[in-house]
Amino acid sequence: MLQLHNTVIHGQDKLMTEPKTKDSHLSVNVWRGGDEGELVNYQVPARENQTVLDVITEIQRFQQPDLAYRFACRVGVCGSCAMTVNGLPRWTCRTHIKKVVDNGQLTVEPLRNLPRIKDLVCDLEPFIDTWKKAGAPFSGSRTRYDPPANIKPDSPLRQAADAGLQCINCAVCYSACDVVHWNRDYVGPAALNRAWTLVNDVRHAKRQETFEKAFSENGCQSCHSHGNCTRHCPIQLNPSESITGLKKMVFKGLPKEDK
Amino acid sequence: MNRYLFIAQRVSAMILAPLVIIHLGLILYAVSDGLSGAEILSRTRGSWAWASFYFAFVLSVAVHAPIGIRNILKEWTSMNQSIINGFCLLFGLMLLLLGIRAVTSVV
Repeated sequence: MLQLHNTVIHGQDKLMTEPKTKDSHLSVNVWRGGDEGELVNYQVPARENQTVLDVITEIQRFQQPDLAYRFACRVGVCGSCAMTVNGLPRWTCRTHIKKVVDNGQLTVEPLRNLPRIKDLVCDLEPFIDTWKKAGAPFSGSRTRYDPPANIKPDSPLRQAADAGLQCINCAVCYSACDVVHWNRDYVGPAALNRAWTLVNDVRHAKRQETFEKAFSENGCQSCHSHGNCTRHCPIQLNPSESITGLKKMVFKGLPKEDK
Repeated sequence: MNRYLFIAQRVSAMILAPLVIIHLGLILYAVSDGLSGAEILSRTRGSWAWASFYFAFVLSVAVHAPIGIRNILKEWTSMNQSIINGFCLLFGLMLLLLGIRAVTSVV
């Protein structure tokens, strides 16, 4: 048995800290079923170091083998493990239990605003479709025979685009957005944030087209600037600011390419 | 069309903001010594300044309000988009006509 910090590795498939005490447990309510379903309670050993994803994994491995949930990297890169934890959307792999547990209670449900498939898994297709609606595909203006574009990293345009990059497509902002909740046709913060990065990217050949798509029916003008997207974004992006930037562009026009 | 409606609503809001403040200030001033039809008409009759002011007011309201109503109906009802558009267009025309009628009757 290998002791590593507070972690005990018993075998190849076990990586978890020792329970705090023998009788210390978390009371975890987990959504079972699709759109029609119910919360089912599980008692999970409380440990010094465990994330929400650890708790769900422990339930699936030791109590409910048919529990469906989604994860991949477990380190906050892939964006596949987002769920609703105690009513708020979060990336579960980087959410420590201590941050969210409420009097020993935890409620884990699938993300809001997306069709539920089974248990904690939702269908992300409507979310991915919004990216296309908002003009997301990058369209290069050069061929492989052309030299690479010379982009100054500190130019205002590049800085504006950079501010919206690194989105991990976790759909937390889409789930947090109240406008999406009452109007499923609204493209939502992630897609508009992506559109913002593209209209500021001078390498993108269809900047005007992307801008027009971002401003089409149910586009950025539908945003009410509640700021839930920014508040819940796990990697501290600011989609709300990107959407405001798009709205301002309707008066200023597309920013000119840096000389 | 959405872009132009968005621009129209913001621009009309920018015009309305000072006009509403002046209008409210005028109400406070006008009622301070009692309000009568004669008193209102004595101020507005033959005044191109007040006529221009209230024509601008009516025009801005007739642009601003229907676009806002359109957004609300779109978000909160399941009404067909073309029905919403038609209703808001009629609502805007009604505001415009009633507003112009009101202004012309006191100038």
